[in-house]
Amino acid sequence: MAVAPPMLRVLEREAIVFRKLWRGSAFSSFVTPVMFLAAIGLGLGGLVERRTGHVAGVGYLAFVAPGLLAASAMQTAAGSSLWPVMAGTKWIRTYHAVVATPLSAADLYGGTVLWVGVRATAAASAFLAVAVLLGGVPSPWGILAVPAATLGALAFAAPLAAYAATQDTDLTFPVIMRLGIVPLFLFSGTFFPISQLPSWLRPVSVASPLWHAIELCRQATTGTPRWAAATGHTAVLIACVAAGWRWGTRTFARRLTP
Amino acid sequence: MCAPPLVQGRALTKRFGTYIAVDQIDFKVERGEAFGFLGPNGAGKTSTMRMIGCVSPVSGGELSVLGMDPALQGPAIRSRLGVVPQEDNLDTELTVWDNMAIYGRYFGLPRSVIRERAQELLDFVQLGDRRQDRVDPLSGGMKRRLTIARALVNQPELLLLDEPTTGLDPQARHLVWERLYQLKLQGVTLVLTTHYMDEAEQLCDRLVIMDRARIVAEGSPRELIQLHSTREVVELRFATAEERRDALPLLNGSGERVEMLPDRILVYTGDGDGTAELVARDGLRPASVLVRRSTLEDVFLILTGRTLED
Repeated sequence: MAVAPPMLRVLEREAIVFRKLWRGSAFSSFVTPVMFLAAIGLGLGGLVERRTGHVAGVGYLAFVAPGLLAASAMQTAAGSSLWPVMAGTKWIRTYHAVVATPLSAADLYGGTVLWVGVRATAAASAFLAVAVLLGGVPSPWGILAVPAATLGALAFAAPLAAYAATQDTDLTFPVIMRLGIVPLFLFSGTFFPISQLPSWLRPVSVASPLWHAIELCRQATTGTPRWAAATGHTAVLIACVAAGWRWGTRTFARRLTP
Repeated sequence: MCAPPLVQGRALTKRFGTYIAVDQIDFKVERGEAFGFLGPNGAGKTSTMRMIGCVSPVSGGELSVLGMDPALQGPAIRSRLGVVPQEDNLDTELTVWDNMAIYGRYFGLPRSVIRERAQELLDFVQLGDRRQDRVDPLSGGMKRRLTIARALVNQPELLLLDEPTTGLDPQARHLVWERLYQLKLQGVTLVLTTHYMDEAEQLCDRLVIMDRARIVAEGSPRELIQLHSTREVVELRFATAEERRDALPLLNGSGERVEMLPDRILVYTGDGDGTAELVARDGLRPASVLVRRSTLEDVFLILTGRTLED
């Protein structure tokens, strides 16, 4: 899993493409989440606080900010690991050009996933800055939410990019978004603690990588570290990345160098 | 003491599950030559090319490329190859220039080197004034020339071209052929696949004819024609299928060999005009008679009983 220099060359290409096409993706990975933060954190938050006071010990804005931070990192990661991989393998076939050079299919996979990590870091930093300005980040430890959200993004990017390389069409991708990503977005503790969920649904949330990412981000931004739990969350997310990585180096090789 | 071959396959085999795409082929490519794999679609040419390009593992037999083993030294080999694939895989969202620059970086070349080479190569393929254009709207011929320029960015010793002019109009094809010929003069070794016999005759010093995963013949275009075909061919077209069928028995003995195709009859002969006269004297009334020299298409037909375009 070491970052070999060839992998960085894949990142370079992505950066050049991004420089030309950044507006659309900046909107979906930064502007949209900030709008959510304003509408739900401030608008709905006022209503919530009037009724119930604090949520999980903090104001509603401070509660929801780390949730939206991790959840939007997940959405960006999912979107940019599915369709772009299909474009590379099938639509414009650029991946086939890459593996004809000294780069290997594994380098290409690694570079693709790392690029999602780079973008997640940038989007999370920008979002965090806005959240700080709005007063949604009570603790200076909040800075650690950026690596936490990035790790969460990688936990989705690694397996989803691996999966995308096994597909011949993008028919299943909207299904993954609608039946996978959107429910996770809603029920992983983004907007309310999962203790609000019926007891039979809670284990599902706990199995969601997003819940682990949100918990990490929330401990950071609210300045309430619980080290044992944080270690557990980190371990789960790293396990997702590692398993996805192992799978992805294989699916990319099978797809591109059969 | 002669130089080792640039590419050598011994009993080279490629299997996908139970399907055998390449079946124990033997071939050698020498430095500086233009070597072709001629055969119809599905003959195993692309699978062979992908093994040489180190993007498809060998299933059996041996393969050495630039004196190295693709299984062990894939990246080292690929760093010295240029590859022009059958289907264009340019970065269509980017400009001509960015395509060159990014590809150069994949080879780890410094940006200053890429800048210098990219302009030279774009000039070479006559795209020097299109460097800031996006790739998507370029014509098929321009895209193919850009793919060739891109494949040359690492100054490869060996250029692999899979069906380099398939899908191009005649003018674009001739331009590609002419550029490839220039490369050959510069000492680049060319390995190409094609199912066009005119392309093979134009470009290849030596070629193998592939059919159904195997090599059925090997030599220079001229040698292959001399060895397997006659000097000339008389093509007879008839107005109806019945006339053509009725003519067949009468043509036996008019040449060294007679082949019936769906639209015409071919008579292989050393003396085309003589045979054509003989046919007329026998009272046959074909709609048209054409005397021509034998081509690689004829060699393929004689060896396999089928045409290349099947």
